[in-house]
Amino acid sequence: MDYEVVIGLEVHAELATRSKIYCSCTTEFGGEPNTHCCPICTGMPGVLPVLNKKVVEYAVKAGLATNCNIASFSKQDRKNYFYPDLPKAFQTSQYDLPLCFGGAIEIDVNGVKKSIGLTRIHIEEDAGKLIHDAWADGTLVDYNRCGVPLIEIVSEPDLRSADEVKAYFEKLKSILEYIEVSDCKMQEGSLRADVNLSVRKRGQREFGTRTEMKNLNSIKAIVRAVEAETKRQIEELEYGGTIIQETRRWDDNKGESYAMRSKEEAHDYRYFPEPDLLPIVVGEEWLSQIKAEIPELPDQRKSRYVEKFELPEYDAAVLTSSKIIADYFEAAAAVNSNVKAISNWIMGDLMRAINEKEIEFSNIPVAPEDLAGLIGLIDKGTITGKAAKKVFDIMFETGKKPMDVVKEEGLEAVNDEAAILLAVKEAISNNPKSVEDYKAGKKQAIGFLVGQIMKATKGKAQPQTVNELLVKELEK
Amino acid sequence: MEITIETIEHVASLARLSLKEDEKIRLTSDLKNIISYVEKLNELDTSNIKPMEHVIPMKNVLREDIVNASYDRNEILKNAHESGEGGFKVPKVVE
Ligand SMILES: [Zn+2]
Repeated sequence: MDYEVVIGLEVHAELATRSKIYCSCTTEFGGEPNTHCCPICTGMPGVLPVLNKKVVEYAVKAGLATNCNIASFSKQDRKNYFYPDLPKAFQTSQYDLPLCFGGAIEIDVNGVKKSIGLTRIHIEEDAGKLIHDAWADGTLVDYNRCGVPLIEIVSEPDLRSADEVKAYFEKLKSILEYIEVSDCKMQEGSLRADVNLSVRKRGQREFGTRTEMKNLNSIKAIVRAVEAETKRQIEELEYGGTIIQETRRWDDNKGESYAMRSKEEAHDYRYFPEPDLLPIVVGEEWLSQIKAEIPELPDQRKSRYVEKFELPEYDAAVLTSSKIIADYFEAAAAVNSNVKAISNWIMGDLMRAINEKEIEFSNIPVAPEDLAGLIGLIDKGTITGKAAKKVFDIMFETGKKPMDVVKEEGLEAVNDEAAILLAVKEAISNNPKSVEDYKAGKKQAIGFLVGQIMKATKGKAQPQTVNELLVKELEK
Repeated sequence: MEITIETIEHVASLARLSLKEDEKIRLTSDLKNIISYVEKLNELDTSNIKPMEHVIPMKNVLREDIVNASYDRNEILKNAHESGEGGFKVPKVVE
């Protein structure tokens, strides 16, 4: 039986404000437990919360950058439930009048473009942290994170595969990074996703029963959870079972999800308007002020790279997928006009080195000007492309300037015809079989000989000169 | 809206209240009376009336994004039934 999977995402992003949403405690990550707390964020009776203006502005920014409508009148509500990470026994959130609604972002999966609808973006407060391994007979609660502002970005059930989910999530992350409303550090929980997923027989109009997987905090976990849950639901149905509407917890170590035991009040949150907080009215003047602060977004930047730098779409998409990478590229392009070479180096050797060393792009030891300088050395013929790889590795290791590495390692290109000719002649006399093959018409034999010459010159001979001299000698 | 003893039990469990049987019976009839009293409002045509979102006619009461010192942790933990290791101690939470 052919099934179709239907997925909607709820993405929570911690906003990059300095202070919390309703009090002036710091939002800084970490800190000793319960040292970023006051009576407001620990829910003491009789306190009066006051909304942080930046929270509204950041949420509106996120709405504008994702093509949402911005509500001219919005309010906050209490979402009631008991859990130890929530000292007030309710989360201040937004129910029926969210700040932003009805948006869309475009994703691209293997060249196929698709628009994914956004139902809404609303503001709310984060909860505290439960630490389970402090005691055998109890759980430790740390309220530092309590009251850190969040936006929840709810998508329409428009996603149809793990690839689409990944593309959507990455696009959203990139937009939030561009507009600088969230640091999006997934390892610190600044960005996390709930996945709502159901399957249905292809062609069927009604949605199947969905399950929800909460708090997925890496892109890899999201993709794996989507794949596993899709498989689980299809298998369940194929064997005549039914899907139960439930919340499941994804265990990324085991690679499987399990139903959460908290049978809990079937989402009976009894929302009601928050009496301590007043309505939010975003008038035209305020809105246009916020609009003016929206920078160039990933899609616009991508188009500019294609037009201004004449880069292929693919390159432009990869480079602009993250603001840090795009900024790096532009800093290099400012000092070297060979933009295609810069793009190749970033997408190739630089990304490879980052992945191998498992470092963040923001901590790259090679300055963009130095990468541009390295490419300049190749273009001028100071070093060969082959030697450049070695220079790059040393730069990445040590943070040294390209020319310093070239000098220290003696990697200047040899373009001295006499010296190269010597190596050519040596290769010819040492490899009679290849020479014979070449003369018998097997032109590819030349590759082996070039390789031998490059080896003999430690990769420093200009390949073009090597080729010319070699052919000349062979044809003699 | 029909109010039964199950309604009372559901609402009580959501509010983490444990009620005795006679309390449940009394509350069922109390709540029935209250709801039917309020339901009188449904007799009015309110289709052209804007919902009141807030009782106070004010808007945009906001603060600037400025950090001030938090409370001393010992002050905060004074409100804990039980504490230790700098944290509130609660019964083991199982998910
Ligand atoms: Zn506080």
